[in-house]
Amino acid sequence: MSAYRVLVGCKRVIDYAVKIRVKPDKLGVVTDGVKHSMNPFDEIAIEEAIRLKEKKLASEVVAFSCGPTASQETLRTAMAMGADRAIHVEIDGKEAETLQPIHVAKLLSKVAQEEKIDIIMLGKQAIDDDCNQTAQMTASLLNWPQATFASKIENDNGSFKVTREIDGGLETIKVKLPAVISADLRLNEPRYATLPNIMKAKKKPLAKKKPSDYGVEVKAHQQVLKVEDPPVRQAGQKLETVEDLVVKLKDGGFV
Amino acid sequence: NSTLVIAEHNNEKLTPITLNTVAAAKKLGGDVSCLVVGTQCSKVAEEVSKIEGVNKVLLADNDAFKGFLPEAISPLLVATQNQFKYTHILAGATAFGKNLIPRTAALLDVSPISDIIGVESPDTFIRTIYAGNAIQTVKSNDAVKIITVRGTAFAPVEVTGGSAATEPAPGSDVTNDLSEFVSQELTKSDRPELTGAKTVISGGRGMKNGENFKLLYDLADKMHAAVGASRAAVDAGFVPNDMQVGQTGKIVAPELYIAVGISGAIQHLAGMKDSKIIVAINKDPDAPIFQVADYGLVMDLFKAVPELDSLIK
Repeated sequence: MSAYRVLVGCKRVIDYAVKIRVKPDKLGVVTDGVKHSMNPFDEIAIEEAIRLKEKKLASEVVAFSCGPTASQETLRTAMAMGADRAIHVEIDGKEAETLQPIHVAKLLSKVAQEEKIDIIMLGKQAIDDDCNQTAQMTASLLNWPQATFASKIENDNGSFKVTREIDGGLETIKVKLPAVISADLRLNEPRYATLPNIMKAKKKPLAKKKPSDYGVEVKAHQQVLKVEDPPVRQAGQKLETVEDLVVKLKDGGFV
Repeated sequence: NSTLVIAEHNNEKLTPITLNTVAAAKKLGGDVSCLVVGTQCSKVAEEVSKIEGVNKVLLADNDAFKGFLPEAISPLLVATQNQFKYTHILAGATAFGKNLIPRTAALLDVSPISDIIGVESPDTFIRTIYAGNAIQTVKSNDAVKIITVRGTAFAPVEVTGGSAATEPAPGSDVTNDLSEFVSQELTKSDRPELTGAKTVISGGRGMKNGENFKLLYDLADKMHAAVGASRAAVDAGFVPNDMQVGQTGKIVAPELYIAVGISGAIQHLAGMKDSKIIVAINKDPDAPIFQVADYGLVMDLFKAVPELDSLIK
């Protein structure tokens, strides 16, 4: 059995710990001078790909990102974690604003074909737009099977047995390779990049591309009309004792 | 306008979110058709035909749909769309809908709209981004709008009052050799289902371990409540992920939400802040959960929960 070639998508997003602020023009959120990092679900995807390589199931792990130049930092992080090389499709300015999962899926599917990829590992969703679409759409464009929301994957002779997180429990499916897998929370715990590996990652190859290199047009399917703060919920009252709480619950007819 | 709603079910019974999705469909105006796809699921089609506001039921019954795998259902949806040219295709934003809808949309070269919480007009929708930290109004330029619907944002339609005719869906003679359903292990519980429960009690990192969740299970049994958890509690391995309440887990909006030992991370608040009454129990007076709580109790949960349990009959 030959080892698999794995492609991993990683998105640069506003760090999960940053407080989001809506821009004064109400068309987006403030990103300037704000800490960014790799989408946490993509970290899980990278980790799983590296583990496949450590188990000698994967021969090469290629990290992919698209977006502004700064996305290259995210790719360096992926390589510091253990990806062998990276592909960056640069998309800037107006185009970056219209960039959506459908475009990313188109790019990923072209890269996968060009690189003769067997497994595409992606995070189940990005924590900025919360779309949860890219893995499903990539699989669709390639006519590959999809194993989304994976919490466990097992190699099974040219297919993968995948445990999925579904509403109310777990489900197991089998997908033939090539396939797209999207990572849920409990798939693994991503490693931290060590300093020597961060240094090494600076020398790993990073290919710079444009959407046109893959024949993909970043056409606007949607238009964001408005971005607003969510309605603020008023804080209520602090209670002194559990008895006080029981009174409130009784008043509300809950007990 | 004409809308196709994908019914969610287990071949025996309809999943309640379908009623919320039909409610969203009605806001779009025009006819509402419902697609029931599964294996020996005619009983469900009958149930769907009685739903208020459903004009037509399409039934696709085939062994290839075992496990509701999107590799089999997406081609069926495309065939159905090609025949009927709907203006909108809707499914609930559940594990099923989230899995299926984008795969179908890609085949139609459409950019789907995930997890809408409002309909502004037939082409403009409201959804949350950044785990509910911002609300986005987005207009779709695609010829057909393909959407998943957040159930808690739309009040369900009635299960009776309709009398739709059922006809076979086009293109249901699909095969699928890409993927295979193996098994399903649903968590068995006598408690109500998390997203439909009137009362939800959730535990966070403050619970310290999985065993301590028994405190919440006992209380939940007395209050006929469902038990949820914060992502921190899931990450720490206390409880399984299907209990997660938050933007990356389940979105709930019960009458009463009791947050126990939960600090109130933004991503958790996104999953529960539409609850009618929120109670927070946390020993840290500065925990952000108190900023959204109607009633806050600054107390060690290991003292407060047993006391609450003993005071409730």
